[in-house]
Amino acid sequence: MYGSGILRGLGVTLKHFVNTYLDDIRWGFRRHIPDEAFPIRQGLDTRGVFTVEYPDEKLAMWERFRFIPFLVIENHDHPERPGHDWCTSCGICAKVCPPQCIWIVRGNDPETGRPVPEPQAFYIDIDICMNCGLCAEFCPFDAIKMDHDYELASYDRTSAHIFDKQRLSKEFRYWQSIAPTRAEEEAEARGGWEHKDVLKQKAKEAKAKEN
Amino acid sequence: MTEQVPTVETASATDSALSLLEEKFKNAVRRDDREGYDGLIVDPAKLVEVAAAVRDELGYDYLASAQAVDYLGAGDHLEMVYNLYRTTGGPGLALRAQTPRDTATLPSLVSVWPGADFQEREAWDLMGIRFEGHPNLQRILMWEGFHGHPLRKDWKEAYYEQDQKPFDSRWPDGNVWRSEEHNAYGKNVVYPEGFTLDGYEPVAEDAFYDEANLGVDIRPSDLDTDRIVVSLGPQHPSTHGVFRMIVTLNGETIERLQPVMGYLHRNHDKIGERNTFLQNMPFTDRLDYFCSLSNNFGYAVAVEKLMALGKRWEPPTYRAEVIRVLMAELTRILNHLVAIGFMLNDMGAYFTPLMYAIVERELILDFFEAVTGSRMMCNYFRFGGVAMDLPAQMHSTANLLNERVREFDTMQYLRELINERLPRAIDQTDDLLTTNEILTNRSIGVGVLTREQAIAHSAAGPVLRASGVPYDVRRADPYSIYPDLEFDVAVRDHGDIYDRYLVRVDEMRESVRILKQVLRLLGETEGQPFFSGRGGIYSPRVPAGEAYGRVENPKGELGFFVVSDGGQNPWRYHVRAPSFINLTALETMCKGHKVADVVTILGSIDIVLGELDR
Repeated sequence: MYGSGILRGLGVTLKHFVNTYLDDIRWGFRRHIPDEAFPIRQGLDTRGVFTVEYPDEKLAMWERFRFIPFLVIENHDHPERPGHDWCTSCGICAKVCPPQCIWIVRGNDPETGRPVPEPQAFYIDIDICMNCGLCAEFCPFDAIKMDHDYELASYDRTSAHIFDKQRLSKEFRYWQSIAPTRAEEEAEARGGWEHKDVLKQKAKEAKAKEN
Repeated sequence: MTEQVPTVETASATDSALSLLEEKFKNAVRRDDREGYDGLIVDPAKLVEVAAAVRDELGYDYLASAQAVDYLGAGDHLEMVYNLYRTTGGPGLALRAQTPRDTATLPSLVSVWPGADFQEREAWDLMGIRFEGHPNLQRILMWEGFHGHPLRKDWKEAYYEQDQKPFDSRWPDGNVWRSEEHNAYGKNVVYPEGFTLDGYEPVAEDAFYDEANLGVDIRPSDLDTDRIVVSLGPQHPSTHGVFRMIVTLNGETIERLQPVMGYLHRNHDKIGERNTFLQNMPFTDRLDYFCSLSNNFGYAVAVEKLMALGKRWEPPTYRAEVIRVLMAELTRILNHLVAIGFMLNDMGAYFTPLMYAIVERELILDFFEAVTGSRMMCNYFRFGGVAMDLPAQMHSTANLLNERVREFDTMQYLRELINERLPRAIDQTDDLLTTNEILTNRSIGVGVLTREQAIAHSAAGPVLRASGVPYDVRRADPYSIYPDLEFDVAVRDHGDIYDRYLVRVDEMRESVRILKQVLRLLGETEGQPFFSGRGGIYSPRVPAGEAYGRVENPKGELGFFVVSDGGQNPWRYHVRAPSFINLTALETMCKGHKVADVVTILGSIDIVLGELDR
């Protein structure tokens, strides 16, 4: 019969229409859905409304989510090296960066002029950064990581969008809080929760003591 | 398992072609004996005849890709490479023609393969090879006021810093500077001699206006109609981005149509030559931004073909290939759902089908985001595997205000998605649309592309298969683990919009079938390595040579043509974009139809401007 195809299609839309109300009834017609409803609405069982009312409510980012990179520093209450850079200014992130948005000034000892394993300055132009995550993937010291904070809008892009070292640095415990599983995996690969160099130093000292 | 033996096969294909052609053309054809290269070098004077013989006598009827390479400093010639295949399947044949850089003229092959049309225009535009006998040799991506040919090795862009990345200014004395402040318009911007911006009128349109004889009654019939020229786009919702069609109308009937593109052109190829091999990976995400994971796949296949020429090369592990296929097939479903949604949107159904598609897409994107770190710009494939294994848990933690947390078991999520959610969504699309009379009235018999036309115009993907050609790269020239998987190639016979829609629905069902097998394989390979090489190598060695890697992208054959000189960066990097080449047949499909049909026909080709303009 002519028109039966249209009716069949309308049946599908009607089902969606009804489902939306069923969903509302189930969760009690609240404007923002309650916490317990959230994983269900934003999961595979979702039937009705699927929207998230940003900025009143936001989706938490998956652990692996990557946005503009940040630099890992020791926690400010670290007993030996509070606020110390994990970065050794080896330059691998600057070399691997596809849009070349990382600028590093290698640190030099003011007396000897020799390179020291920490950056004197570190810049990322976040307008150029393409959030690919290669810097974090290839950093041998786990010192640069991809952030979860995507709310970076500002009024002046010419001055506010070049992040310097101070703006980029975040405590190690922040990395642990946004990506607990990965932080643990990395610590396991390094052999401890400390920085790679510290661990090496400790191993050396322990060996010296044995001898 | 993936046996890397295509080199042997292509060699034999080249050999048999060579023995036949040598008999006929004597010295005009010779084997390309450079290391890492394959194929035949043809004397330009005989190119058209050889091409016709290759097509008619050897059966290489499908011109997959044609691109030019500038060998500055390595022979100082320009080389046009034609990658040819048989629509019955099997390995390909590469024809080459060389021409000196200063004169740069070659005969056009549009008479043999109409599909060479846009590709030759692109080679003229970007590489400066003049094609004699081309019906409409104009710039295609750049505008007429552009000076020079940007893909030539001695051409430098406005913000030129250095030939190759990484730039020396970044480390160890990396004091930040913003290139836009250094040269706002740049010293390198040059106009052609005698060109002034005042009174500039695009050349492309002149022909249309001359022909239209505006305001004069053309054809006395029952109803007198005028010819008018209409510019559809570039700012128009139906064009899926900044894309434009100049159409000559007789009344409301299309008489001529010319696509105008390049508004989003960023010279992806040139960027690719400045980048190292690995740095190109995230850039491929930005081509067809719906299918970033299958773009990654294509590029990885191409570079891995080159790396296989070297000694120390381990092919991707089995688990890596399983994950790759999982990603590629999820991408296919996602793309087809959205493509159907947009097509219906163009047809006037407004957003209903699209919004239903987007719910499912969102669920797939959630999975992509949890695994790769990004919804659309995934950057997940590496040469020899993938960047990370699937996580055991899809886990999120709240860090900003008002954040809502979700946690799923990854395999459980995938099982539910593949076994229940996606099949249901495809059935729903079927119920909603397939028998809908408005859809069938608008699409059956509209925009027909016959089998012969489709092959000749190098159409690919659903457009080709809807015209009755069962050509799917996954079967015709297999890669990865597709030979082990059970699935059918979706094909329909009428070549109209409706069949393209049906092919997409069929393909989604086939993808679900593949995904069910992949689920089993994922379980079997649990815990196996996902990367074959040594980790931490950001600049892998790629031996000198040339490779054309192709995959079946949802939109059609996506090819990456990569030439390496043995250094850190590709010497030439070219993308065979299905969206771009499928448009070659747009005029053929649209002629004789109404204006409203053009919009639907364009929707049924399924283009993405990021890939079209590159």
